[in-house]
Amino acid sequence: MFSADTLQKFAREVAKYPAEQKQSAVMACLAHAQEEKGWLPPEAIEAVADYLGMPPIAAYEVASFYNMYDLKPVGKYKITVCTNLPCALSGGYHAGEYLQQKLGVGYGETTADGKFTLKEGECMGACGDAPVFIVNNRSMCSHMHPEQIDKLLEECK
Amino acid sequence: MAMLGAINPVLMAGLNGDDSWRLKDYVARGGYEQLKRILQTGMTQEDVIGEVKKSVLRGRGGAGFPTGLKWSFMPRSFPGDKYVVCNTDEGEPGTFKDRDIMRYNPHAVIEGMIIAGFAMGANRGYNYVHGEIWEIYKRFEEALDEARAAGLLGQNILGTQFGFELFAHHGYGAYICGEETALLESIEGKKGQPRFKPPFPASFGLYGRPTTINNTETFASIPFILKMGGEEFLNLGKPNNGGTKLFSVSGHVNRPGNYEIPLGTPFSTLLEMCGGMRGGRKLKAVIPGGSSAPVMPADVIMDCTMDYDSISKGGSMLGSGAVIVMDETVCMVKALERLSFFYHEESCGQCTPCREGTAWMYKVVHRIENGQGKPEDLDLLNSVLGNIAGRTICALGDAAAFPVQSFLKHFGSEFEYHIEHKTCLVPKDVQWAGSGFHKIPA
Ligand SMILES: Cc1cc2nc3c(=O)[nH]c(=O)nc-3n(C[C@H](O)[C@H](O)[C@H](O)COP(=O)(O)O)c2cc1C
Ligand code: SF4
Ligand code: FES
Repeated sequence: MFSADTLQKFAREVAKYPAEQKQSAVMACLAHAQEEKGWLPPEAIEAVADYLGMPPIAAYEVASFYNMYDLKPVGKYKITVCTNLPCALSGGYHAGEYLQQKLGVGYGETTADGKFTLKEGECMGACGDAPVFIVNNRSMCSHMHPEQIDKLLEECK
Repeated sequence: MAMLGAINPVLMAGLNGDDSWRLKDYVARGGYEQLKRILQTGMTQEDVIGEVKKSVLRGRGGAGFPTGLKWSFMPRSFPGDKYVVCNTDEGEPGTFKDRDIMRYNPHAVIEGMIIAGFAMGANRGYNYVHGEIWEIYKRFEEALDEARAAGLLGQNILGTQFGFELFAHHGYGAYICGEETALLESIEGKKGQPRFKPPFPASFGLYGRPTTINNTETFASIPFILKMGGEEFLNLGKPNNGGTKLFSVSGHVNRPGNYEIPLGTPFSTLLEMCGGMRGGRKLKAVIPGGSSAPVMPADVIMDCTMDYDSISKGGSMLGSGAVIVMDETVCMVKALERLSFFYHEESCGQCTPCREGTAWMYKVVHRIENGQGKPEDLDLLNSVLGNIAGRTICALGDAAAFPVQSFLKHFGSEFEYHIEHKTCLVPKDVQWAGSGFHKIPA
């Protein structure tokens, strides 16, 4: 189900917790699983549960509780825009609108070519750098005005 | 850049952006000397807690609870595992200080946690890091590796009997996990739903073991308090409000960013340090402590100093130190609509008053903003508020109610205008211009 590299990452996470508390690693393992698969298909969630010796339903609960897990396929690039108030005061809404215009999709949608998924997000703890985006849960982009947005989209090959 | 400005900085002193976060840089700044002093000169747990008490350090995560007192609640000699947990979940809208502490001075957090472990007889720790800051989480893991390799973590630290293990736990997008018992549930690999209290974490915490949770900035202050002495740290601030504090300033100022200043510094000074208001426009309102703190009108905040007591006297809370600055281009109805949406989205749903109340508040503010408000809506909002206060498991319910209550109190006329005229007092293009978003190329 998972590559050797991903399994190694799982092991590293499990080692952080007391031996009888393997379930503590479920969030990190789901994140690594998603990183490998692009999203979290049910088989991946079950395989993580199996790896950690916990009931699959408990792993599902976690996967559906936290916002950054994708339980449905997403585009190659998932762009999450912060529109919470501090960012909105410095252009968060407009950056999101500009992105929607350029990609021709709304929040929660994926472009027809499967390349981009757009999401509206909550405070990313970077409000001083507004407007801010996160690409694929990992890469934070600051000061996203039209010029920078154009550049970002060009770089997403 | 580490800091856009500072007065008498402590936590962020001597930093040089991305070039000074490593162990060797921290050691060159005097890092880990306090841990050494404690372990090698036979200081006792009481000595350390006493110094923290003297400093009147108040928790930097939001509630402002005295840290020394919190530490004294831990049953230090209780046998078995005990935990120290750092809260870097930083999801309170407007707050971005812990990210910079972790980015530029991660070893101060680590040293602070090890010292906390010693003082409270805890042998293990976790730092729960906000899901959205992956790069910072990775850096913290590197810093932990450095500390481990240098014998500062693990068994027999610096050749003594004292051992302490520390790991990072990465969140994955849930504001509620900033609440300390939800955070513990989350580390246990469950949904982040707050627990009923009591029992409090000091007796029943992580894995049911005694646990103390503090904010990142709180832990990062510890080595400096020991270095300069509690009394000197206290004197940097003002009585009952010890030390310096990081303020994350966002919104309509010329230079949004983090500023470390002594508690008790006038708000007007902080505003000047941020280069004043964007475009020279007029200050309208400030949320001084993260989105959960009541909003303050300009004239009230302009008379306040930035510390727990002054802001509380002014009718709000210093909270996490997230200062959200709004000028006259802001539509207060739209601003509240966005905050209400946030609390509605992030309510964990366990308590009916919070789950239903946050849904109602968003629904009503949303319809007022969209020109469908009814005259009786303001009374409706007030009655929803009354049903949340004091009736929930955790403070998110109250956090959702404070903005609504304070926006209606201070800016009620804007809500009435919206209801009557079905549109906003501030034209849309003025709101756009206020945001400073660059013009879209033709
Ligand atoms: C809904 C909610 C969200 C919170 N978010 C955070 C947070 O992101 N960071 C934080 O340090 N404390 C947060 N807190 C406060 C914590 O529960 C806790 O009081 C704090 O971490 C204790 O640390 P301190 O005493 O050092 O401030 C939050 C509380 C609530 C009710
Ligand atoms: S107050 Fe809200 S967030 Fe807190 S436990 Fe209850 S439902 Fe969950
Ligand atoms: S509000 Fe957007 S990062 Fe904080």
